[in-house]
Amino acid sequence: MRRQVPLLLTAIVGFVYIIQFFVPHKPFNIIEHLFTDWILIIAACAIWLGVLNLLKLSSEKVYKRAKDWPYALVIICGFFMITVAGFFFSGGRAFQESGTAFDYIYVNIFTPLSATMFALLAFFVASASYRAFRARTFEATLLLLAGFFVMLGRVPVGDLMTSWLPQGYRLSDLAGWIMMVPNMAGQRAIMIGIALGIMSTSLRVILGIERTITGGE
Amino acid sequence: MKAFSYSFTFYCLLGLILLATTDGLAQVESSDSLLSPLLPPSEVIAEDHPGDAGAAIIVRWKLSPDEDRGVTGYEIVRSTSPTGEFSSIGFAAAGSNRYVDANTEDSLTYYYKVLAIDVDKNVSESELSPPARSSPQWFNFHLLNLLIIGGLICGAVIYFIAHAKKGKKLFLRKIAGLEAVDEAIGRATEMGRPILFIPGILDMDDVQTIAAITILGRVAKTIAQYDTKLNVPTSRSIVMSTAMETVKEAYISAGRADAYSDDFVHYVTDEQFGYVAAVNGIMVRERPATCFYIGAFFAESLIMAETGNAIGAIQIAGTAMPAQLPFFVAACDYTLIGEELFAASAYLSGEPKQLGSLKGQDVGKIIAMSAIVIGALLETFFAISGSSFFGSLAELVHKLFSIVAS
Repeated sequence: MRRQVPLLLTAIVGFVYIIQFFVPHKPFNIIEHLFTDWILIIAACAIWLGVLNLLKLSSEKVYKRAKDWPYALVIICGFFMITVAGFFFSGGRAFQESGTAFDYIYVNIFTPLSATMFALLAFFVASASYRAFRARTFEATLLLLAGFFVMLGRVPVGDLMTSWLPQGYRLSDLAGWIMMVPNMAGQRAIMIGIALGIMSTSLRVILGIERTITGGE
Repeated sequence: MKAFSYSFTFYCLLGLILLATTDGLAQVESSDSLLSPLLPPSEVIAEDHPGDAGAAIIVRWKLSPDEDRGVTGYEIVRSTSPTGEFSSIGFAAAGSNRYVDANTEDSLTYYYKVLAIDVDKNVSESELSPPARSSPQWFNFHLLNLLIIGGLICGAVIYFIAHAKKGKKLFLRKIAGLEAVDEAIGRATEMGRPILFIPGILDMDDVQTIAAITILGRVAKTIAQYDTKLNVPTSRSIVMSTAMETVKEAYISAGRADAYSDDFVHYVTDEQFGYVAAVNGIMVRERPATCFYIGAFFAESLIMAETGNAIGAIQIAGTAMPAQLPFFVAACDYTLIGEELFAASAYLSGEPKQLGSLKGQDVGKIIAMSAIVIGALLETFFAISGSSFFGSLAELVHKLFSIVAS
C-alpha cells in the first residue's frame, strides 16, 4: 500500500497532464489547475520541513560542539535575525518593502554576499579554461582553436586585425560561423537527445517502471 | 551656333522651371499628407481562439496605411453590442496585427474595433468586426503533429520494454561516467572520506531532479554496501524529503538499515548562491573523495566543480542544461551529457525493462535524423532547382516537425 499509492498518484497526475496538453476542454483544464495549486500548497508547506531540518541539524552541531560548530551557530543566528527583522521591525509595512529592517539586511548583507559568490565565477572560468584549452589531443587542439577564434572574433581588435579582408571573411564572421553552424548543430543534437530522454524517463515514472523516487527499487 | 545657344538656354530654363515646379508640387503633396487625417486599420476580423479551453477571442486586422507616418500602436476596444459602448481591452504595438482577448465569456457575443494612434495622439477608428464568440475545443489541432510523433516514440519505448521483458538481449553502449561510479565510491571508501551528492538546484517538478534522485537511489545502494558516508545537501525542501526516502529505501534494500542516518540528506537554502557557498564550505571542510553533480544547474555549476577539482575529488557530473555542459566537461572527470543523464538510472539498474526504454529512444533518434536529412535535401533541391514541388515538400516536413503558434 505504501508503495502502490504513490505509484497510482504519479500515474494519474502524469496522464492528466499529458491529456490536458492536447485536450484543453473541461474537466482536464480544471483538474490541471487543481494539481498545479496543490503543488504550490505542498511546496509552501514543505518549506517548513526544510527550515526545521536545517535548525535541527545546526542546533545538534552547536549542542554537541561538533566539528565546525561555529558555522552552525552563524546559521541559527542568521535565521533568527532575519525572521525577527521581517516579523517585528517592518513598521507596519510589508516586510519586503523598501526601508524595512528586512530590506536593509537583504540589500546590504545578502545581495553583496551573493554577488561575491557570483564574482568568483570569473576566476573559475579562467582556471577551467586553462585546463580545457591545453592542446594535448587532436580534439583539444580543435577546441583551443575554436575558442581562440571565437574569443578574438567577439572583441573589436579581432576585426581590426582582419580589416584588410573583405566583409564575410573577417574574424567576427568566422566567430559567428563557428557559433551558428558547428556549435548550433552540436547543441541541437544534444537538445534532441534530451527531449527523447525526458520522454523516456517520464514514461518510466508514469508507468511505474522507474520506482526509485516513490520508494521502490 | 547662335540657334543652338538659344535652344540650349531655352531648354535649361525650361528644365529649371520644371524642377522648381515638381519640387513645389512635391512640397505641396508632402504638406497635404501631413494634414490628411490618420487612416484607420482595416479588415478587422474577430474569431474564437483555436485549440483552447474557451474564454479567448483572437482579433486580427490589416495595418493602417499610415503605419510609417508615426503610428505608435493600436488600441483594441470591444462591446457586446454593435451600437453599445465600447471599452478598451488592450494595446498592440505598432506593426503588430493581432491581439488575443483572453478575458471573454463563452456565452456572450463580442464586437471589436481597432484604433490606430499616432505620435500626436490622433486616433483613427476601424470598421466594426463581425460578431465573435469564444468556445472551448476538445482537441488542440495545432499539436496534432506532436501527438503523432510523440505517440510513435512512446509506442516504441513501450514496445521495447515489452520486448526486453521477454528476455531478449539488448545492446547498450558503455557510458564511461557510469562505469566509473563503483570506482569513485570505492576510492572514497579506501580514503575514509565522504561522498558528496548534489541533486541540482531545481525542485521535484523538474525532470532532471527526478533523474538525479533515481541515480541517487542507485548510488546510495552501492554506498550502503561499501559503508561509506554520504552527504546530500539540497536546495529544495521537497527534494530533501524525496531524497531522504530514496536513500533510506536504498539502505534498507542493501541490508544496511542500521547504517542509515537522517543526517545524510539535509536542507540548506533555496537561494542559489547561498547554496553554493554552503556546498563549497562543506567541500573545503570535509574534503569529500567523490562528488556527484547530477541534475539541473546554472551559474553555480563551475563554482562547485572547480572547488571539487581543487580538493582533488573524483567528480562525476550530469546535466541536461546545454549551457552548463562545457563547464562540467572542463572541470569534472566524467560528464553525463544530456540524454545520458536520463539513461543513467536505467543503465545502473541493469533491469531489462528499464533498458528496453532506452532502446525505444533510438526510434526517436531515427525519426529525428531522417527528418533532418530529408528536410536538408529537399531545401537544397529547392534552392538549386527552384521547383515548387521540392519547396512544398520541404514546407510539409518543416510543418510536421514544428509547433505552429495559433
